[in-house]
Amino acid sequence: MAQAPALPSGFELPLEPRLPRIGSVDQVAVEERAATLAKRSIKRESKLFALDLAVRMMDLTTLEGADTPGKIAALCSKAMRPDPADLTVPSVAAVCVYPNLVPQALERVRGSGVKVASVATAFPSGQVPTDLKVAEVSRVAEMGADEIDMVIDRGAFLSGHYAKVYDEVRRVKEASGDAHLKVILETGELGTYDNVRRASLLAIAGGADFVKTSTGKIQPAATLPVTLVMLEAIRDVFEETGKRIGMKPAGGIRHAKQAVQTLVLVHETLGPEWLTPDLFRFGASSLLNDVLMQIRKERTGRYQSPEYFTID
Amino acid sequence: MADLEKRQDRSPVPSAFEYASAPESRDIVRLEERYGLFVGGEWVEPRSGEHQASVAPRDEEPLAEVAYADAEDVDLAVRAARDAYRNGWSELAPSERAKYMFRIARILQERSREFAVLESLDGGKPIRESRDVDLPLAAAHFFYYAGWADKLEYAFPNRTPRPVGVAGQVIPWNFPLLMLSWKVAPALAAGNTVVLKPAETTPLTALLFCDVLRQAELPPGVVNIVTGDGRAGAELVKHPDVDKIAFTGSTEVGKEIQRAIAGTGKRLTLELGGKAANIIFDDAPLDQAVEGIVNGIYFNQGHVCCAGSRLFVQESVYEEVVAKLKRRMGTLRLGDPLDKNTDVGAINSQQQLERIRELVEIGEEEGAEIYQPPCRLPEKGWWFPPTVFTNVAQSYRIAQEEIFGPVLSVLTFRTPDEAVEKANNTPYGLSAGVWTEKGSRILSMAQRLRAGVVWANTYNRFDPASPFGGYKESGFGREGGLHGLAPYLEFDE
Repeated sequence: MAQAPALPSGFELPLEPRLPRIGSVDQVAVEERAATLAKRSIKRESKLFALDLAVRMMDLTTLEGADTPGKIAALCSKAMRPDPADLTVPSVAAVCVYPNLVPQALERVRGSGVKVASVATAFPSGQVPTDLKVAEVSRVAEMGADEIDMVIDRGAFLSGHYAKVYDEVRRVKEASGDAHLKVILETGELGTYDNVRRASLLAIAGGADFVKTSTGKIQPAATLPVTLVMLEAIRDVFEETGKRIGMKPAGGIRHAKQAVQTLVLVHETLGPEWLTPDLFRFGASSLLNDVLMQIRKERTGRYQSPEYFTID
Repeated sequence: MADLEKRQDRSPVPSAFEYASAPESRDIVRLEERYGLFVGGEWVEPRSGEHQASVAPRDEEPLAEVAYADAEDVDLAVRAARDAYRNGWSELAPSERAKYMFRIARILQERSREFAVLESLDGGKPIRESRDVDLPLAAAHFFYYAGWADKLEYAFPNRTPRPVGVAGQVIPWNFPLLMLSWKVAPALAAGNTVVLKPAETTPLTALLFCDVLRQAELPPGVVNIVTGDGRAGAELVKHPDVDKIAFTGSTEVGKEIQRAIAGTGKRLTLELGGKAANIIFDDAPLDQAVEGIVNGIYFNQGHVCCAGSRLFVQESVYEEVVAKLKRRMGTLRLGDPLDKNTDVGAINSQQQLERIRELVEIGEEEGAEIYQPPCRLPEKGWWFPPTVFTNVAQSYRIAQEEIFGPVLSVLTFRTPDEAVEKANNTPYGLSAGVWTEKGSRILSMAQRLRAGVVWANTYNRFDPASPFGGYKESGFGREGGLHGLAPYLEFDE
């Protein structure tokens, strides 16, 4: 049976739970399908539903060398109360920060229900020895981060060392303890949809709770077709094993319209069960205010200028 | 598993993401209450004196009264076409012919929303399809053939191409405006004049097209539109002053036409029925293949002559493909053709609906297993849910006869040889689909399948430069590309 290139010998996917066949992805057809779904016309109450959901699903992110406790404090305030002028707007799902800023973030969001996610494993490149990655993840888990966003080793993946990628995910999963593990594939570096599918299944086999498209440092990032390919991999895993894996597109989602289109993709690929922050997140730094503007517009019928929304 | 359950407890399934209705406004279309025949550039009352309403399949609303032409009406139209042919059109500089055609193409683009709305209203197809497929392709055909009009000698070097005269064209109801453009564009590019008879149930976009012809200032009589039923079509076919017949429609009528014009020397192209095989190999990209299956059979409610109505799945992936297909069918949105989120529209006519129902009943009696996703059909209008039959044998009527509706028959195969053998085991030969990652297999399958069009890892994809047509009972002659130009030309042999 012709499949996508087999995993190297000496590497076996766990037999339980069984994983779906790796298979392949047709570029033209998957892009066409994503484009068709993007043309769904989402209006009025369904648009408000989607926008409200997008806020509840958001991982509000800052991942800059220049991040300081002050910046994190501001981010956390925004996360807990995105629109002070409209208290019906819910909090976001989580803030996503670098390890050094986890303690400040935890302190700020305590009791609010907003989670703290930390990137780890030598984010964004992942180019350090595995034991250092594991140590970093253990430390971040000790600090109390609720969620850990790791990167896969693209160098290993692209040179065919799939076992190394799998093994790292597995060890990181062990080191994360109770924290939720999101595995970033950095799809912009993987080159083909076949690779995106393969990496998704590898990450899920290794124990990922979520698969995530990108670091946000590389373009293209969370395009609709890439998101669709990953959602289809998640669907195949669910159909094969009954296990529900989460999805997080991140990077390049700046407009409410993109968020709504992405939710349509989720709805029509995985169904309504996935329309929850437990199984779907948006990783974004500048999406939130556009969503807030659209919510205000839907409610009042008028657009407000950006000055009416706090920048953080 | 334990913490999985915990997680489920924390997240009750939210209310479904129902899409609010998003109808395209029909205000953009202005219909007359009653239409005459378009003959010699003028609207004329039919000599027959007969009119009947064209109705909207979605709710059976009468949209406009349309003339039913008789023999005398058809004769007047053919005379108008002959006059226009003699008095200028055939001798017009080819670049001038191209000019009119480019104008028509541009006007179609400018007025595409209006045409798309009317096409969905009169025919029942989803606005998403008329907007994204029918209209862009119709304009593209005029653009494409306009480009050939003054280059015929380069298209057919050393053969001195000349127009054949008056073309009589009869088109079906599944792609009314698109089939009009497939017929009219090559005829005009080659320097012929035209009498076209639209389908009885979908005449309105052709009548609106007359408005485009006037806007483009096409000389009177170059294109004449006579509406009506099969009688008008028969009169046109047997009219002695028509030089060339082009017909798209059922195999049954195609055979009648062939009999009617035998011995007259009229040229003929026929684009008839089909029962296409869509073949899924086990190495295919399955999720995309499922999209291709859905597009192959549920596009335009299956009212497509090249619809992939016989699905052949390699047995090693049969269960997976059928499961994926059924899941996907559950997300198809059936309803108002004018809603922008509708995937499956209304069945074109009561008569067609009855034909589909009859064949589906036969399928059940023959022992095939039927599946239809849960979906509510609107109370008014003509509707049929997306349907798939599994456990179908090659000998069942649903695997042999063209249903021309949203009904798919699934069969299996084990080897490429068996796939070819089964796929070719049909009186038709219009199209086929092959889904595999293996390029060499695509090429060998395409060579061995007796079908005019073979799509690889895609389905129902059209381009004006690509010829389209069938083998066997699917007809002869090609439309599209240079192949589609030749039937409208005479050559020095």
